[in-house]
Amino acid sequence: MEVGILAYGGYIPQSRLQRSEIAKAHAWFNPGLKGLAKGERAMANWDEDSVTMAVEAARDCLADSDRDQVSAVYMASTTFPFTDRQNAGIVADALNLKSSLQTLDFASSQRAGTASLSVALQVAKGGSGPILFTAAEKRKTRAASPLEMTSGDGAAAFLVGQGKVIARLLGSHTEAVDFVDHFRGENEDFDYSWEERWIRDEGYLKIVPAAISALLNETGVKPEDITTFCFPVAARGVAGAIAKKIGLPESAVADNLQENCGETGTAHSVVMLALALQNSKPGDKILVASFGQGSDALLFEVTEEIKTLSPRRGVSGYLARRYPETNYSKFLAFHDLVNLERGIRAETDKKTGLTTLYRNKGMAQAMVGGKCSQCGTAQFPKSNMCVNENCGAIGTQEDYPFAERISKVNSFTADRLTYSPDPPAYYGMIQFEEGGRLMSDFTDISPETDIKVGMPMRMMFRIKDYDNKRGFRRYFWKAAPAGASNKGE
Amino acid sequence: MASGIKDKVAILGMGCSRFGERWNDNAEDLMIEAYVEALADAGIEKSQIEAAWLATAIEEEHVGKSAVPLSMALRLPNIPVTRVENYCASGSEAFRGAVYAVASGACDIALALGVEKLKDTGYGGLPQRNRGSVNDLFWANASAPGSFAQLASAYSAKHGVSKEDMKRAMAHISVKSHDNGSRNPKAHLRNKINEDRVMNAPMIAEPLGLFDCCGVSDGSACAIVTTPEIARSLGKTDLITVKALQLSASNGTESQHNSWDGSYFVTTRAAANRAYKEAGITKPRDQISMFEVHDCFSITELVTMEDLYISDEGKAVKDVMDGFYDADGKVPCQIDGGLKCFGHPIGASGLRMIYEMYLQMQGRAGERQRSEEPVFGMTHNLGGFPHQNVCSITIVGKEGA
Repeated sequence: MEVGILAYGGYIPQSRLQRSEIAKAHAWFNPGLKGLAKGERAMANWDEDSVTMAVEAARDCLADSDRDQVSAVYMASTTFPFTDRQNAGIVADALNLKSSLQTLDFASSQRAGTASLSVALQVAKGGSGPILFTAAEKRKTRAASPLEMTSGDGAAAFLVGQGKVIARLLGSHTEAVDFVDHFRGENEDFDYSWEERWIRDEGYLKIVPAAISALLNETGVKPEDITTFCFPVAARGVAGAIAKKIGLPESAVADNLQENCGETGTAHSVVMLALALQNSKPGDKILVASFGQGSDALLFEVTEEIKTLSPRRGVSGYLARRYPETNYSKFLAFHDLVNLERGIRAETDKKTGLTTLYRNKGMAQAMVGGKCSQCGTAQFPKSNMCVNENCGAIGTQEDYPFAERISKVNSFTADRLTYSPDPPAYYGMIQFEEGGRLMSDFTDISPETDIKVGMPMRMMFRIKDYDNKRGFRRYFWKAAPAGASNKGE
Repeated sequence: MASGIKDKVAILGMGCSRFGERWNDNAEDLMIEAYVEALADAGIEKSQIEAAWLATAIEEEHVGKSAVPLSMALRLPNIPVTRVENYCASGSEAFRGAVYAVASGACDIALALGVEKLKDTGYGGLPQRNRGSVNDLFWANASAPGSFAQLASAYSAKHGVSKEDMKRAMAHISVKSHDNGSRNPKAHLRNKINEDRVMNAPMIAEPLGLFDCCGVSDGSACAIVTTPEIARSLGKTDLITVKALQLSASNGTESQHNSWDGSYFVTTRAAANRAYKEAGITKPRDQISMFEVHDCFSITELVTMEDLYISDEGKAVKDVMDGFYDADGKVPCQIDGGLKCFGHPIGASGLRMIYEMYLQMQGRAGERQRSEEPVFGMTHNLGGFPHQNVCSITIVGKEGA
């Protein structure tokens, strides 16, 4: 049975920091950054991290797939929020997947994204159920570094397995070479990078072609038959030079999304793959390669099944959901790169009782509420006594997930008193169409958002609070404008 | 069948400290200030007090837990003392405890004292604090102004009132309270303002600006209650008695069930209906002489006018703009300046409101004394958030009215 991709999804945060603003702020120090000052980079909100972005990409990917069929969740990132607490497990929990599940994190390389996709495909060959693979990155970069300009935040997710694949795997090959173009040591926030010309000549242009050539040899596919070549590196002209060296058609070289997104780290090769699939047609041959202490190369052929895949936002949908951010100070504050006076209100201890969290994680992480089996009233949170005053039955609540349901705003405010990393804090009462409501934090409210009573909202998995004292963070769901494409979902 | 509290208990004496930023006083100093006035007013000895109730809401910022701080501050002779906390209704709860104790016959004379020392946080507004370990997992990052501000968006949407008309009516409420507060020597805020200043003030939580929010104050208030018979035996005449004491707590309907539209207080309506019944009042708009509502925010006052059935639903904006609730209007509201200007030391606020009704009925309200003689005075507290709260209503009045 052939193995491949069953579904794809993507996620790019809404804010796009204008690179001209970064360059302007640093022109006094490094006028050379002006050369990178075109376009915009995706900028995660203060309440987003690799886990939350992976969850959004996974939701996009799973759309109408049966979540109970998922047999494993793999996640790749070099910016995991937790070093010892499985991040893929948080993703699985937020998606309300069953606990009979293999979960695994892949890290420590810009190649982790493609490597874990390869592994997922290998495992799927063994005949397991579909595997959810997701990659996300929110890289911390030094102010005035080229990486600050070229990086972006984002995620992609894929369901891989056997059966009705939309893209069959033709083959994969890995070259493992301990070529240290950059590194991030233990307890270091930032990358340390070597000279770009050396990386290009000895790294990109030697190691990557070796991996691709081997793959083409193994699969017997001719270079000129490749429809799309996804190579994530931000440096200009590199993908084109690799293509030329191997004989791939110039037209096959995919846009590396520098103009409107930035390089999303270890997720970027698969973010590009998700976009390539979104733009593909049956018969297309998509080649994905990565670079990081070697190179992975994977080759897919798009099948007729892609026509039957349910609609989703995908990378292009999320790229279109966009707010151009011109405030570089905000970027610095969100990444904790400036010592902001946050006020005494920010000192409130955000300790999470781990017993409390575990006991309530269905509510707090999966947003599972309750529905009364006696009167049919849905409520959040679930409780042992029905909220309906005409019912009040005890012990009749059945699990009722809210995360994918659309709500409407009943009342709202923009609060400048309460502490928020991004004031004003927007929140309000949201009401779900099929019952249930919540006084909910709002997120992704841009200055262009005109909140109104009755406005449709969709839930998004976000960081609720940072406990900086203990290095913990707790997640919950927040309401964001549903946007036209989600109305009546 | 319960007969209710009407005329079973009389107020023997009351006291109230000056409210405000009492930088140089501890909570204990404020307690003594209110107590000394109340005891002198009652004309009794400390030894005659048989039980006491202490109200504080955010005790972790000042006295800490239990009723011991009251017993120690007043050197009470090892009598029963109980601490109560029920959000912003805490002061009214202390009063309810003392009144019920007397009504039950458990004791002849009881004391209720509320105190709050909030100006030790280092910043303005109520203390930012946690909400309980489970609530912290999912509650919105909501402040008091942000929670109450939402009444405005829901009320505007329901009644088709424009943002501008809403804002103007809210401004009128605050201007009125500042006018009233300027005539009250114990008030925290005594400056007069105008509507334009309110409308143009910095935004706190949309649509509430700075002047739509009440002050956070230090202060204390105290009541001593007994039976009408004992009051008379102590030489008191023209007694002011308790007519109704009602409390209503949310049960989750507003926050979890889609039957509530967010534009009014479910609890206030429930408590008001019971309070009027208990007091024998059938036409509140005509019978209530004056009232104090929990004007933590201008919008709360506006909505509460309707929930107390003084204004018809959807008509509060008109009544406010007509001056119906001004000090010289038909039914004055916050004649002492309200939470807005008298101030809001949470545990003391409910008792402070009763204190004003008590003074007005005795003709002792000084410069702000209402010329028409009040018969029924009503007070209202609302603690928590519009979507989950505690509401208390107290009606006091002339004995026999």
